[in-house]
Amino acid sequence: MAESIKKYDVVIIGGGPAGLSAGIYTARARFSTLLIEKGGVGGQIINSEMVENYPGFPQGIGGIDLTQAMHQQATKFGMETLYDEVTGIKASGKQKTVKTSQGQFTAKAVIIAGGADRLKLGVPGEKEFTGKGVSYCATCDGAFFRDKAVAVVGGGNAAVTEALELTKFASKITLIHRRNELRATQIMQERIKADAKIKISWDTVVLEILGDKAVEKIRLQNVKTRKESTLPVSGVFVAVGSQPATGYLKEVLKLDNVGAIIANDRLETSVPGIFAAGDIRSGSIRQVISAAGDGAIAAVNAGKYVSG
Amino acid sequence: MSKPVEINEAKFEETVLKAKMPVLVDFWAPWCGPCRMVAPVVEELANEYEGKVSFVKVNVDDNPKTASQYGVMSIPTLIVFKNGQPVSNIVGFRPKPELKKNLDTALAAG
Ligand SMILES: Cc1cc2nc3c(=O)[nH]c(=O)nc-3n(C[C@H](O)[C@H](O)[C@H](O)COP(=O)(O)OP(=O)(O)OC[C@H]3O[C@@H](n4cnc5c(N)ncnc54)[C@H](O)[C@@H]3O)c2cc1C
Repeated sequence: MAESIKKYDVVIIGGGPAGLSAGIYTARARFSTLLIEKGGVGGQIINSEMVENYPGFPQGIGGIDLTQAMHQQATKFGMETLYDEVTGIKASGKQKTVKTSQGQFTAKAVIIAGGADRLKLGVPGEKEFTGKGVSYCATCDGAFFRDKAVAVVGGGNAAVTEALELTKFASKITLIHRRNELRATQIMQERIKADAKIKISWDTVVLEILGDKAVEKIRLQNVKTRKESTLPVSGVFVAVGSQPATGYLKEVLKLDNVGAIIANDRLETSVPGIFAAGDIRSGSIRQVISAAGDGAIAAVNAGKYVSG
Repeated sequence: MSKPVEINEAKFEETVLKAKMPVLVDFWAPWCGPCRMVAPVVEELANEYEGKVSFVKVNVDDNPKTASQYGVMSIPTLIVFKNGQPVSNIVGFRPKPELKKNLDTALAAG
C-alpha cells in the first residue's frame, strides 16, 4: 500500500494506562497525537475485575471501565487511535519514523508505553490446549469452570488475583508455586490463605499439561524432593509473570538486563525525542497509578521537546 | 456501516449455519475485559468486509449450549463459519492485521 506517510507531533505506542494518560496530556495540549495499539485499548489491567488501589474509587473500579474512560477522555481531546502493531522505530535527527505491520508514520516525539507481555509457562501441552482449558485470564474464562477443579500457576499478585477470582466458579483451586513463599502483597496473601477452596502447592513446578480434547490433568514435580505427581484439573490458569514488550527495540534503545527501557527522571530514553512510560520502563513499580503518572511526565517532556 | 448483530441460540442455525455468506461469530460475555477490548476492532472489520462476511455476536453467558457445542472454553473466541462449518478459530485477542489475514485465508479456502 503506497500511501503518503502521515505526520504527527507525537506517536504513542501502546494503549494501556500509561499510553492513554500520555494521550490525554499531549492531545489536550493541542499536539497532534496518534496512539497505536496492537490488541485493543486497555492493557494488562483489563484482566482485573476490580482495581482497589487506584485513587478516587473507594468502591474499586473495573480495569476495563477505568481504561475505557481514559480512552474516551483522550479521544475527546483529539487523540487518534490505530489498531496495528509497531514493528520498528527509526530516529534521524528530530524526525522519528514509526513502522507498523501495515504502514508507517512520522513523529517529532515518540512515547513508548508498550507495557509487558504475559510470559508463557513453556511446557508441553500449553499451546495445544490454549482455549481448551489453558487460560491467561480468570475473569474471562472462570465461568467455563463452574464446579470444576482448576490450577493456577504462579506466586505474584496476578496469580493470587486469578485464584481468588476463580473461587466464584471452581470447586477447588490449587495454586502451584515454584518457591515456598508468595511474592504477592500481604493483604492478598491473607485473603488467599483464608479461603477454604484454595490449596497451595509449594516448591512445585508444572512439567506437562495432558488431556484428550481438553485439559484433564497436569504432571507436577516438587523441586526439592524431585517427586512427581499428577493432579486432575479441567483448567490451568497461567500467571507466571511478564516481560517488557521491547523485542523490536533492542537495536534502538538502551535496555536493562531484563529488557526494560532505561530512562532518566524526565523519562527520556537513550535517543532524544523518544520517551518511555509505564511497566516497560526500567525500575517501574508496575501499577496503574505509576503507569498513569509516567504517562503524564513523558507527555509533558515530549511536548517540550516538540516545541523546543 | 454494518455492525455485528447480537444473536441467540434460537437464531444460530438460521443466521450462521444456513447463511450463504461466510459468518464470523464473536463469542463474548459482558464480564470479559478482552472481549470488550476486541469489540471495536471487530466492528472495524465488519465495516471493511461488508458484503463479503457477516458478523454476529453470541453472548456465552446467555447461550452456553452453542458455546460448548463449538468447544469454546476461553473468550473472546472468533469462529468463521462457511457453509455451516467452522473453518477458522481464533482464541484471545489478536492484532487486527492478524485477524484480517486469518479471515482472508478462511475466505480463500475451499
Ligand atoms: C491480573 C492482573 C491484576 C492487576 N491488578 C492491579 C491492581 O489491582 N492495581 C494496579 O495498580 N495494577 C494492577 N496490575 C498491574 C497493571 O495492570 C499494570 O501495571 C498496568 O496495566 C501497566 O500499564 P502500561 O500502560 O504501562 O502497560 P500495559 O497495561 O501492559 O499496556 C501496554 C499496551 O501496549 C500494547 N503494545 C505493546 N507493544 C506494542 C506494539 N509493539 N505495538 C502496538 N501496541 C503495543 C499492548 O497490547 C498493551 O495494550 C495488574 C496486572 C494483572 C495482570
